Amino acid sequence: MIEVRNLVKVYRSKKKEIVGVNNVSLSVKAGEIYGIIGYSGAGKSSLLRCLNLLEKPTSGEVEIDGVNLPSLKGEDLRKARLKIGMIFQHFHLVSSKTVYENIAFALKAAGKSKDEAEKRVLELLDLVGLADKKEQYPAQLSGGQKQRVGIARALANNPKVLLCDEATSALDPSTTKSILNLLKDINRKLGLTIVLITHEMEVVKEICHKVAVMQNGEVIEEGGVYDIFSNPQEPLTKDFINSILQFELPQQLIQNRKGKIIRIQFKGEIAEESVVSELFQKYKVKGNILHGKIEYIQEIPLGIFIMELTGEDSEVERAIEYITEKTRSLEVVHDVA
Amino acid sequence: MMSLDSLVQLLPDLNKAFFQTLYMVGISLAVAIIIGLPLGVLLFVTDKGLFLENSAVKSITGWIVNLIRSIPYIILLVALLPLTDLLTGTTIGPTAASVSLSVAAIPFFARMVETSLREIDKGVIESSVAVGATSWMIIKDVLLPEAKPGLIQGLTITTISLVGYSAMAGIVGGGGIGDLAIRFGYYRYDNTVMITTVVVLILLVQIIQLAGDRISKLVDKR
Repeated sequence: MIEVRNLVKVYRSKKKEIVGVNNVSLSVKAGEIYGIIGYSGAGKSSLLRCLNLLEKPTSGEVEIDGVNLPSLKGEDLRKARLKIGMIFQHFHLVSSKTVYENIAFALKAAGKSKDEAEKRVLELLDLVGLADKKEQYPAQLSGGQKQRVGIARALANNPKVLLCDEATSALDPSTTKSILNLLKDINRKLGLTIVLITHEMEVVKEICHKVAVMQNGEVIEEGGVYDIFSNPQEPLTKDFINSILQFELPQQLIQNRKGKIIRIQFKGEIAEESVVSELFQKYKVKGNILHGKIEYIQEIPLGIFIMELTGEDSEVERAIEYITEKTRSLEVVHDVA
Repeated sequence: MMSLDSLVQLLPDLNKAFFQTLYMVGISLAVAIIIGLPLGVLLFVTDKGLFLENSAVKSITGWIVNLIRSIPYIILLVALLPLTDLLTGTTIGPTAASVSLSVAAIPFFARMVETSLREIDKGVIESSVAVGATSWMIIKDVLLPEAKPGLIQGLTITTISLVGYSAMAGIVGGGGIGDLAIRFGYYRYDNTVMITTVVVLILLVQIIQLAGDRISKLVDKR
């Protein structure tokens, strides 16, 4: 659905050049929710804005649904944009227009008649759950409601792609969740392809199928969300994941331990198996769970436990071997011996 | 000295002058809206980073606007006398004065328009571009409605400036309250006329400002 090839965006000012996006290539399949994560200044916003040509790429190709966007100009570009919805961190609704008029504006852009527009606006208001707010002005709405209007406006002309520019960053956690659920919903119902940028790994975890991590204008790591979560490669990716799966043990706690401290990660089905209880049956070791968590990422469990194992050295060794074999992911965090 | 008698005597003249002022200000305000508004929009949308970016149009328009604005009104008034004669067939009276007032009002209001458009959140303009709206739609349905409170404020300031300018038009026999003040009050040392006209002008300006503030607040949906 979306093909980005060797995209470069350079910002030129009188004195210097700043590279916003540095040779990024990525591909998003139809119906996918694709997340781009990075800290501010990583170039993710520039990349997103190059997708609907709010910013003109310096070089490279952006192909959406078979159309090479940078080659379009004027009226052709405008028509192409009708099929690419976009929502924003600060919603960007027209404050002098009612909810109804804000959404109808998008339909007017597509040349729809008043009657057609009315029918569609009511449909959209139903979809985003704001049917009772149509005569209100944006200033009378909460952040979450404003974003729902933004979503309705973006979906007005049945776009194939929805671009989300930090769409939940200005919202509180519970509102964020409801907006993410709405996005997930429309992704499923309408088969809409969604590209979102965020600096919150939580958002990626909640709804994305694939994720790209950006740093200094480049994509440094990319893959399925579960794979990235269970096996991150780059330090920055690990940072982002740690923000959710926090497993830093207090140093003091580690100091006072007598046995080996291990970190075990259970992936997928194995997280549901009773590896740990079997361990205690098979070997003469005692286990003490210091920390643990199971996260469900796209409904697949990912469990992480930090345990202290005590017992005879040889038994502990064999126990560790056993778990390593079972989980393929064991790390000795601290060893007293 | 100021007396009730001379005030009563003055009333017919004052009444006539008052309506002449309204007439001059009204005409030039209308011209300012018809020409200055589009000019202000043009100054804004051709600016860097906007959807009709065009540095040539922007700088030429900006230069002309600055040129007219830098000429003191009193000089503009005299310099435009040939044009006034051409357009109205006379160089005295309120209709004639309206010509130079209009010329002064156009760039003044155009800058006011530009300034109030600048206050619109750029993101709102951008979201309209992203939605696929035409330039005309963005101007008509987004820029002007969003800037409405500011535009009304700008119109208020322009109106008040025009009231002030129109008083200067009295110097070349333009008519209006200013003319009355200059001819009777200033040249004949008639304090009654002088003070009365000044009071009328003060009241007029206060009313315009008050009305402008009210309306601007009323249309503000932010």
